[in-house]
Amino acid sequence: MRMLINVPETVVADALRGMAAAHPELNVDVENRVVVRRDAPAPGKVGLVSGGGSGHEPLHGGFVGPGMLAAACPGEVFTSPVPDQMVRAAAAVDSGEGVLFIVKNYTGDVLNFDMAAELAEDEGVRIAKVLVNDDVAVTDSLFTAGRRGTGATLFVEKLAGAAAEEGAPLERVEAIARRVNERARSFGVALSACTTPSKGSPTFDLPAGELELGVGIHGEPGRERRAMMTSREIADYSVNAVLEDLRPNGPVLALVNGMGATPLLELYGFNAEVQRVLAERDVSVARTLVGNYVTSLDMAGCSVTLCQVDEELLRLWDAPVKTPALRWGC
Amino acid sequence: MLDAEFFRRWMTTTAETVEREADRLTELDSAIGDADHGSNLRRGFAAVTAVLEKDNPDTPGAVLTLAGRQLISTVGGASGPLYGTLLRSTGKALGDAAEVTREQLADALSAGVAAVGRLGGAAAGDKTMLDALLPAAESLSESFEAAAAAAETGALATVPLQARKGRASYLGERSMGHQDPGAASSALLIGALADVAS
Repeated sequence: MRMLINVPETVVADALRGMAAAHPELNVDVENRVVVRRDAPAPGKVGLVSGGGSGHEPLHGGFVGPGMLAAACPGEVFTSPVPDQMVRAAAAVDSGEGVLFIVKNYTGDVLNFDMAAELAEDEGVRIAKVLVNDDVAVTDSLFTAGRRGTGATLFVEKLAGAAAEEGAPLERVEAIARRVNERARSFGVALSACTTPSKGSPTFDLPAGELELGVGIHGEPGRERRAMMTSREIADYSVNAVLEDLRPNGPVLALVNGMGATPLLELYGFNAEVQRVLAERDVSVARTLVGNYVTSLDMAGCSVTLCQVDEELLRLWDAPVKTPALRWGC
Repeated sequence: MLDAEFFRRWMTTTAETVEREADRLTELDSAIGDADHGSNLRRGFAAVTAVLEKDNPDTPGAVLTLAGRQLISTVGGASGPLYGTLLRSTGKALGDAAEVTREQLADALSAGVAAVGRLGGAAAGDKTMLDALLPAAESLSESFEAAAAAAETGALATVPLQARKGRASYLGERSMGHQDPGAASSALLIGALADVAS
């Protein structure tokens, strides 16, 4: 196994120790696995708490800081955190204004955050929850777990985080988070499978020369597997899949996200194709972000997330943010 | 009659079985999930063994309630809350009796399984742990061996099913042909119960 690790059992703790050393502006509780902004609880401000399995870095620990998350709870690799982490995070960031849990739609994340919300409320913390479910590759129905939460998580965390930073009350921050989720859609493509430390070999079998369209951030398959396509063809397919569902009638934020092993050279090239398709479809792009933000360990591939914005959401996007992975305006 | 010591041995035997079978569970999970079911359960049941030694609860109900709480605190993913709820709800249904009968355990286990169904929003045939647990709880009123056999049969019967709950549901038809890892680990839990009883 060619991985830069000691043993699989300590991967998450080791990463948190390294993160703490690199980011003294954060409180990193390695033992309890909670990453908290240094000035928490910020008086008069709603605290945003997010979390999920590790292996998607910089999500979520990399988004902790002024203007975004108040705390993040990293679970084991691709495994949701446990309620104890979220309860601890909520207690650490609650200024009395309440806490918003941002939850990606995976069974484990949903169940653990639900349990945590009950426990935190027992301790007197007001909790609101928003469920992120933006992946158009999954057809929702009564008989499935519903759409996966993927790239839109970044938009929800940034925009709701900016509202919280401005001092908006919990109901308002929650409403903005829901609005962002409702207006954001994603589609992902895998060019290779990823390798989890505990397994040590690829989690699924993707033969050379093929790609998986509609993949999830844990390598869950999507709509179909095909022979390798060009960047241009992948952009056509992905953006059209998103637009079929989103149908924006205003400007959008665009996130061109790498899955971990695809270099920026390729991502920028892919972004050029994404922008071309959007122009052809008369969708105006207000802002674009290109890079590795919601990854899947060493998976090669990319995802596209679009979020329709109004004036208020665009203002919140441009508001200052100061986190390890997202930083501007300050 | 089954006392606290019996339930403690059920939990430690489960921990040993999960330890032994962790790689197989992870292998099953890598086919339709995210390849961590074995390592997650191993971590959780090792913590259960440790907390039972430390706190030494003195009734069957207290053993299972504590074990369930410990799983919720250490496993994560979907299996932490689901297994935790199974054991906690079963333990609560047993009340604070010092000893219980197999029939009482069967009733309590049925209550625990029902709580899992409510929490996960799943039913029989959805290709989940319920496909092993529902027949097991039913057969436990007959005998421990019948429960273990029913759980094993139920787990194997998940192979051709299409997953409708949990992460495997994202695979749609591609989930067919693989045994559900949660049903497989549930069969280990019930198998350990039969082992301790024999």
